[in-house]
Amino acid sequence: MEDRALFKPGHTACAGCGQAIAAHLVIEAAGSNTIVVNNTGCLEVFSTRYPETAWGVPWIHSLFENAAAVASGVEAALIYLGKKDTTNVIAQAGDGGTADIGLQALSGMFERGHDVLYVCYTNEAYMNTGVQRSSLTPFAANTATTPTGIKSRGNITLQKPMPEIALAHGIPYVATCSAGFTPDLQRKVKKAISIKGPKYIQIHVPCPLGWRHEPGQTLEVAKLAVETGLYPLIEYENGVLVSRKTITPKPVEEYLKVQGRFRHLLDNPEAVKQIQEIAENNIKKYDLRSKEPKDN
Amino acid sequence: MKEFLEGSRAVAEAIRLCKPGVISAYPITPQTHIVEELAQMVADGELNAQFVNVESEHSAASVVLGAVATGVRAFTATSSQGLLYMAEVIFNIAGMRLPLVLTCANRAISAPINIWNDQQDSVSLRDAGWIQLYAENNQEVVDLHLIGYRLSEDKSIMLPVMVCMDGFILTHGMEPVDIPEQEKLDKFLPAYRPLYKLDPAEPLTMGLLADPDYYLETRFAIQETLKEALSFIPKISKEFYGVFGRDYKDCLIEEYFAKDAEKVIVAMGSVCGTIKEVVDELRKKGKKVGLLKIISYRPFPYAKVYEALKNVPLVAVLDKAVSLGAYAPLAIEIKATFFGKKKSPKVVSSFVAGLGGRDITLDSIKEIFRKLSQKEVNQEFIDLKPELLREEYGG
Repeated sequence: MEDRALFKPGHTACAGCGQAIAAHLVIEAAGSNTIVVNNTGCLEVFSTRYPETAWGVPWIHSLFENAAAVASGVEAALIYLGKKDTTNVIAQAGDGGTADIGLQALSGMFERGHDVLYVCYTNEAYMNTGVQRSSLTPFAANTATTPTGIKSRGNITLQKPMPEIALAHGIPYVATCSAGFTPDLQRKVKKAISIKGPKYIQIHVPCPLGWRHEPGQTLEVAKLAVETGLYPLIEYENGVLVSRKTITPKPVEEYLKVQGRFRHLLDNPEAVKQIQEIAENNIKKYDLRSKEPKDN
Repeated sequence: MKEFLEGSRAVAEAIRLCKPGVISAYPITPQTHIVEELAQMVADGELNAQFVNVESEHSAASVVLGAVATGVRAFTATSSQGLLYMAEVIFNIAGMRLPLVLTCANRAISAPINIWNDQQDSVSLRDAGWIQLYAENNQEVVDLHLIGYRLSEDKSIMLPVMVCMDGFILTHGMEPVDIPEQEKLDKFLPAYRPLYKLDPAEPLTMGLLADPDYYLETRFAIQETLKEALSFIPKISKEFYGVFGRDYKDCLIEEYFAKDAEKVIVAMGSVCGTIKEVVDELRKKGKKVGLLKIISYRPFPYAKVYEALKNVPLVAVLDKAVSLGAYAPLAIEIKATFFGKKKSPKVVSSFVAGLGGRDITLDSIKEIFRKLSQKEVNQEFIDLKPELLREEYGG
């Protein structure tokens, strides 16, 4: 137990915010000897509205795209001060701040080998500005900038493979987590900060407003993403897959039907089939199918 | 003891004395020699610093932001497109009240791409909340960096300082420069003791969201500090004189035969050296001409400029930058200085010269003095080639 709250209640996140749940879990797992560098985004806005702050650790926000670079500077300063071995540095951002506008700075941080854990909370669109499409927005999702219409069935692209991009940099630790699997999330954060060098953790965090599900369904929706194979929980150490969460795959409709952003697909079996194929590919690629006898 | 040094080397020597713990930069001409020299000093163990080779100027500025926020003195340098690419971070550093020194090796802005000197880059960032000091020669370059750190880190200031030196003319120019002894520098510039920093022992939130109830005051506070800096910079300059024996007076402006002059040119940077030569020559011929050099462009020393020029009948402002679609940037300030005032020059004429590295020669300066008459001139471009303009328009 920490002797002080590292992420305090009273912030202004929406009810059922998956990112608030995950951010709390991350900093609890990392502990109080941590400096957090935050990109612009929901988390920054709802946790640090002057004159209040939710953070019980030293925390800095600079800009939308530069958390990885600011964290590189924090780390360099800690090395200069001789304090790096006793201080963790976490850079964190949403999917837009990571995979789009912040990708260059992140790639630089990886390549230079800074001892920083980078956490990407993906709610699969620019939620802070009102649900616009990012490069981590899933295929067919209805967003403010990929709306459905007579000529559109939502987002036409596949998600940018961020964990693979991170792995391609040769960094020592890459993992995906979900707000719906909290012990797994905290284990991975602890593992990551025990390893020297750049680390990448991507956490799937449902957004009730953007995904249009009930606030009370956040954890259920997060779990369904994993259980359908659409969001595989994987873990790489030094480029080797060391763990994966096996599943007895549920059909993707179960995940799609509880979210307004996919509602237009329910009478579109072709699109659903395409999404099922994405899940099947993940299941095959990471060998996710449970070998145990079916328990449901 | 004076050494014959390239300007970039002189900057590196000055920075080595200031002992930054973190240096980060991205290559761009004509700045690159500065950080190459620093990288070599780190490689040779002459400077104990973390040298972070980043993937862009945006990240270079972000790295030093992070380092200063963690309580460590830092340094970066850039030019032109690099400074513009940093622009977002430049505003951010000032807004967060983080002390820093950045060297801007002044260079033109694209398009067309041009690696040569003018001052469009730093002048374009005049509104960012930084102190901007312009050097005439490489001794000033060295000294303004030392003064820059002292200023920036003072508890009453806590704002970043940009030392502007003309690209190639100063960065690649060789001059005899006195590099101070470390002991003297240590007396002038104590080790950095941050007012606030990221430290797990005392958790602090930096860079919060300020809504309309709070934002306005943050800008007001910077504005007030920069006003106060106009009286603080002279104090630091006096301290500097006490330790190093070089007297920059108020370190805001320099008057060169301006007191009794009938014609004065106002300018910033290395061109002031050229103007001084012309002033010397014309004075020998009995012509009452002079120079007003602006060292501190931000904060702008309106009161000092007023005192210096109020009795001068004819003033020419020489800009090495433009504000396309408006009056030239330095000319705007000089005109604003006298609006509604009791005394004023009869004429404030505005000239633009040297853009994209076009040489400003002794003849260019003489032409400005010649054209400075009772008839006010607005934004006259010196040394234009009319034949190129005809080609441009197919005439």
